[in-house]
Amino acid sequence: MTTHPNAAGRRGSRWFTQVGWRHVVGVLAVAFSLFPILFVLSAALNPLGTLSSTQLLPTGASLENFGNLFSRTEFGNWFLNSLLIAGGASFVSIFLSSLAAYAFSRMRFTGRRFGLLTLLLIQMFPQFLAIVAIFLIFTRVTDLWPSIGFNTPWGLLLLYMGGALGMNTWLMKGFFDTLPRELDESATMDGASHAQVFFRIMLPLVAPILAVTALLSFIGTINEFMIANVFLTDTGSKTLAVGMFGLVAGERNNNFGIFAAGTLLTAIPTVLVFQLLQRYIVSGLTVGAVKG
Amino acid sequence: MRTPSGPGSAQQAPGRGPVRSGPPETTRTARQHAPITATGLIVKVILLGLVAGIAIWAAFPLIAAKLWVGLAVLVVTTVGLGYLYLTRRHIPAKYLVPGTIFLIAFQVFPVLYTASTAFTNFGDGHRGAKDDAIVAIGSSSVKQVPGSAEYTLAIATTGDPATGPLVFLVTDPSTGTVSAGDSDGLRPLDAADVTVTPAGKVTAAQGYTVLNFGQASVRSQEITDLVVPTPGGALRSNGLSRAYEGKAIRAYDRSCDCITDSETGRTWTADGTVGAFVAADGERLAQGWQVGVGLKNFARVLTDPNISGPFFGTLLWNFAFAIGSTGFTFGLGMAIALALHSPRMRGTNLYRVFLILPYAMPSFAMLLVWRDMFNTDFGLINNLFGLGVDWFGEAWSARVAVLLVQLWLGYPYMFLVATGALQAIPRELTEATSVDGASPWQSFRAVTLPLLLVALSPLLIASFAFNFNNINAIWFTTEGGPFAPDNPTNGATDLLITYTYRLAFGAQGAEFGLAAAVSIFIFAIVATVSAISFRRTRQQEEVYS
Repeated sequence: MTTHPNAAGRRGSRWFTQVGWRHVVGVLAVAFSLFPILFVLSAALNPLGTLSSTQLLPTGASLENFGNLFSRTEFGNWFLNSLLIAGGASFVSIFLSSLAAYAFSRMRFTGRRFGLLTLLLIQMFPQFLAIVAIFLIFTRVTDLWPSIGFNTPWGLLLLYMGGALGMNTWLMKGFFDTLPRELDESATMDGASHAQVFFRIMLPLVAPILAVTALLSFIGTINEFMIANVFLTDTGSKTLAVGMFGLVAGERNNNFGIFAAGTLLTAIPTVLVFQLLQRYIVSGLTVGAVKG
Repeated sequence: MRTPSGPGSAQQAPGRGPVRSGPPETTRTARQHAPITATGLIVKVILLGLVAGIAIWAAFPLIAAKLWVGLAVLVVTTVGLGYLYLTRRHIPAKYLVPGTIFLIAFQVFPVLYTASTAFTNFGDGHRGAKDDAIVAIGSSSVKQVPGSAEYTLAIATTGDPATGPLVFLVTDPSTGTVSAGDSDGLRPLDAADVTVTPAGKVTAAQGYTVLNFGQASVRSQEITDLVVPTPGGALRSNGLSRAYEGKAIRAYDRSCDCITDSETGRTWTADGTVGAFVAADGERLAQGWQVGVGLKNFARVLTDPNISGPFFGTLLWNFAFAIGSTGFTFGLGMAIALALHSPRMRGTNLYRVFLILPYAMPSFAMLLVWRDMFNTDFGLINNLFGLGVDWFGEAWSARVAVLLVQLWLGYPYMFLVATGALQAIPRELTEATSVDGASPWQSFRAVTLPLLLVALSPLLIASFAFNFNNINAIWFTTEGGPFAPDNPTNGATDLLITYTYRLAFGAQGAEFGLAAAVSIFIFAIVATVSAISFRRTRQQEEVYS
């Protein structure tokens, strides 16, 4: 029972050099990650709702900012628009890019290499600089088909679909490449069509990378501002990024509490999905990455 | 590709496999079809029916607007899709075409269109064709002359009273007919559709919302600026309830291809190379038209000191920003991943849950929050550390601040992928080096880091390319500032893309042609850097299987 104090100290310092310092790093990293979020939480709960009166730690616990958010702005609409657009865009885009990735990974055809390289190159053009062209195109579209024109979620959704292929296809192709070909070959031997191989065998196996690309595309779309800002000008049709930017663009000090409340609510769906899919994300990203 | 059974299958072996003998074409000839299933057929019919339905829906407005080229593209696309999914051939295309259609329509086409404007003077004052410029010059020179016809005016709109496009509803005092006019011209309205007061003022019209006095006075500047072209000149407002038909003082003369001012007698001759009417002394009229200018925009970027000076300085910072954002996030993310990667470590999952929260927070909002945390007067950073630094006021502190924000936003992602890559490295490798007497640092340098870099370099390149054009990171925080007092167009933290954005849409007047030329430069730079890095990684890793 009676351990020599020196021995205990030595054991402690050995524990520290091997494990303990890792906890110190971990705690510091968590502190760095959390302090801006804590600040947002504090601002959201701050009954005064201004930037200048907000401290790092919450000074009050008022839900007034949340109430104001819904009564004074169209936050509910923005939230639904964002969920619809980001959810729809990520669903359709992973479907489109998994189709393409399957073809690039499993089939050999002329123009395959060219296609892969083109996809990579097109991504490098700063797409939003094409915004003048996009604006002119959609001015025409709005005249012809108002239901997919400006101020509609469908038009923006279509526009985002233009970027569906691209990095996603590369990530997925890398993942498809890691699946043994014997799987789909034996299925084909048993009389499965290429569509059956794709939907019944390949898609379930690539679930991790589907989760990753869906999430990346969801996050990317929900944060997209520049194009959405040109596209959506009616208050009710705005997305979260456009609407909330408007909140602090003019009145940055006074609206800060409302803005912080909106930020927290915006984060909820992403954080939930993120924590659920975390396991997949680690494996999906790296396996896809290793294979380019 | 339908994998053939029987003799052809050996050639169908995966690219990485040892057998890669026959050319790919041989596999196509030996095809044996799988039976068509009922579900497959039903799904196919429903989807093709949907496509046809959408095409028919889309065709009517095209026919109504007589846009035959658009209609032809629509018909060809629809027929092509029908053929593609009904035939048993072209299997790769069945998988590639859906995404490609969107890619071409909403990415390739706008990009090519933008690129083509780089060779023109497209921008403010050079938007449309020459005829549009002539009409604009004529109607903007309209003046009220003795004997001008006067009309009773009501302001209306086809949309929202606060934002909708304005329309003039004017009543001819002599005949009593009501016409609606906007910048396209004047068209008479049916007397049955309008309600007119005895004084001649329109109070209601079918299809229009008549603005009341308050609504109209808010938009008085727009009302003053609205010019309705008429055969003899143009209609302009005179206050909110009167309009006059004035005479255009400047008119186009076809014989000399010039604009003549009837009051002063001055002439401006059309110059097709610059797309403007130019007087003998070099004075230009503001309304020009769009012409091709060849490589002039590109030459301007390289030689005009007002543009090339900021361009190369910005390029340098742009590289520093992209490399810094990628490098610091990777460095910190990897360091933390290494620290938490130990079999004796408890609670790593808990750390991970909190660590990656910044990545899951909406970045647009967090960028704005960071901007306010760096606020000089009531920002959290200065409050917390008792500082009074004007973070975004000095070039270097603004750059440090921007990179710090990038670090916070980006390192959780790098931590995640580095953790994944570390788990994929066999533990025997690092154990072997420590048995051989290597220090942890040596084994990290010799084994872990190279393996990590091989695994993650495609992601690092992608992150570089993304950050090179990361407009949100700058626009939501510093907006490119701080700006030198003598140069309001280019700030210390401006990336090429924010600089271009200001050029294209800035207060000095839009210069779309020049902005397109700069964006082609940006494209070339990013593509070259990425191509070189990809080539290097490919020496370590076979990308094209």
